[in-house]
Amino acid sequence: MTAVPSASTFALPLDELRLGRRARIEIVDWTALEASEACRLRHFGFDEGVMVEPLHSGPVGRDPLAVRVGRMTVAIRRTHARAVRVVPAA
Amino acid sequence: MNPAPLVAVVGNPNAGKSALFNALTGARQKVGNYPGVTVERKTGRTALADGRPVELVDLPGAYGLDPSSPDEAVTRDVLTGRFAGERKPDGLLIVLDASNLDNHLRFALQLLGLGLPTVVALNMIDMARRDGLDVSADLLSIELGVPVFETVAVRRKGMDELRAGLQQQLLHAKPVARPEPDNLAREARRIAAASIVRETPVRRWSHRLDRFLLHPLAGPLILAAIMFVMFQAVFAWSEAPIGWIESGMAALADMITGALPQGALRSLLVDGVIGGVGSVVVFLPQILILFLFILLLEGTGYMVRAAFLMDRLMSRAGLSGRAFIPLLSSFACAVPGIMATRTIDNEKDRLTTILVAPLMTCSARLPVYTLIIAAFIPHRDILPGVNLQGAVMFGLYLAGIVGALGAALLLRKTVARGASSFFMMELPKYQLPAFKDVALGLWQRAIIFLKRAGGIIMLTTVALWALASFPQAGPGQKQSEVSIAGKIASGIEVVVKPIGFNHDIALALLPSMAAREVAVSAIATVYAIDQSDEAQAEQTLAQRLGGSWPLPTALAFLAWFVFAPQCISTIAVTRRETNGWKWPLFMVGYLFALAYIAAGLTYWTAVALGL
Repeated sequence: MTAVPSASTFALPLDELRLGRRARIEIVDWTALEASEACRLRHFGFDEGVMVEPLHSGPVGRDPLAVRVGRMTVAIRRTHARAVRVVPAA
Repeated sequence: MNPAPLVAVVGNPNAGKSALFNALTGARQKVGNYPGVTVERKTGRTALADGRPVELVDLPGAYGLDPSSPDEAVTRDVLTGRFAGERKPDGLLIVLDASNLDNHLRFALQLLGLGLPTVVALNMIDMARRDGLDVSADLLSIELGVPVFETVAVRRKGMDELRAGLQQQLLHAKPVARPEPDNLAREARRIAAASIVRETPVRRWSHRLDRFLLHPLAGPLILAAIMFVMFQAVFAWSEAPIGWIESGMAALADMITGALPQGALRSLLVDGVIGGVGSVVVFLPQILILFLFILLLEGTGYMVRAAFLMDRLMSRAGLSGRAFIPLLSSFACAVPGIMATRTIDNEKDRLTTILVAPLMTCSARLPVYTLIIAAFIPHRDILPGVNLQGAVMFGLYLAGIVGALGAALLLRKTVARGASSFFMMELPKYQLPAFKDVALGLWQRAIIFLKRAGGIIMLTTVALWALASFPQAGPGQKQSEVSIAGKIASGIEVVVKPIGFNHDIALALLPSMAAREVAVSAIATVYAIDQSDEAQAEQTLAQRLGGSWPLPTALAFLAWFVFAPQCISTIAVTRRETNGWKWPLFMVGYLFALAYIAAGLTYWTAVALGL
């Protein structure tokens, strides 16, 4: 298990965040992703400090996730959401 | 004389780029909501405020100049002047979705770094305001240092101002490359925040709709219902128009028969042209209905939701949900389906999707299936409301889908082994597609199909007519055996006899390499030439077949067409999309092998069962 640098104790992976709960991205573990996957996530606006909110999940195994990031909604699989650590908004 | 300046229309997927391009040029082009509908190079002309022409090129939507799909690579290469066969643009028209500035400005900032004369269209400003978000074009213009204009491309609003701004920039601007900030995304968010005048939180439409359409239980049921209605409509709605086309063709044939003396010319026109091409044109209504559904699903934004719902299941076959869209398009035709794979980021995913796309039952198979089913499958109910003919048709579609998923699984474990698939897609806002854009899309499809019928299908049918008509048979001989085509067919027959194929089928296989539906016109032409007495002429093609082919042969023929790669266009587009002959040849090989085995198994089983 690799330690994620400077992760706060309140942070949890995005795939464990309840649907409809808003959270702020604390850090993205880019090294856990393939280059092309990381590139796409960056394009979608995943970045430290951005607000995210999981909205819907797929019918089988609650996968993939529909996540609002900034002002747009994107679909990503749970395995990739795991690389994003978030702190739930108060 | 200098060529007209070239202006590239660029922006993120779903920024309304294609609609803006249409609004400026009036070009006939498809507008969709699915990211990556603009996969082909599209150019058009528009006039600047003073009437001077400029050429616009519509580049594939991209998230940045650091591409992660083949589509985005095209955009980058054109913009940096590295794309072979395309000159470097003289100016840029950047399209931004007003309600998604924080994301779209990231790419825009990269584009400003190119140092070209630039104008920005702040598009879909009406939708942003409706959602409680007010953006100031003036503030944004100050931040970006280039002119910004409010536009609503689907309503053709703001185009004159945009043209004037473009003229100003192209003729007088001395652009300087904007230095790229250290953190693009952060700078984009800062500028977005600085340009937003007012924001009132409202629950958005799309979110409410998604509660139903992406619901874990209701979502898949709705998707299944939509698919059911779509395939039902293809058959139910098309009956009447097919009847009109058939009677039109019959009237035309009668007219020519009456006007011309018996002879080669009359035979060519009636048997070759009308008999052959007519038997294919009849399917235009079904193809258009299928495309209508696909255009609507794409245009409304539902198609991406379907991909979302299907992703987990598709991943079992080693594909991603993204592959759902090309595969669904392949029900209409594998060629646009294969082109739509360009938006798949993962290379092995994309290759697998291309290789299995021809297994989806494309509309060119419909003529073949319909003919054989009408001839051999009794029209009776096996269950209340379920007709045997319909059930067989459904079974053939299902065989294609199962075949495709099975093949995908095998390919992913063998030739297309590699990193596991991934699924990352933007879910665009739902929107009502403009009637004009859907109508244009359908019109383009109709033209493509009719050109095909008038071109490749007509050519092969007429060539077959000639080969099947000469040399003339003597008394007591059968024309279809004596002719040149008959001789060639006899050669093919040796290979296909073990799987139950007869001389007629062998004759039809060769020309139907050009396009599947030619199989029907080929059989029609051969029977038309063969028929001697008037009584037989009264029979329909289906009745004639029913009387002369054994049932196992007919079933084997159906099984063959589920798999056989008989379409020149598909092979050509596969070669283009995979950059070489390796994969199209592989595809042809594995599909023929599957077709041969499937037809053989069907034939031997049917014979063993005593059918």
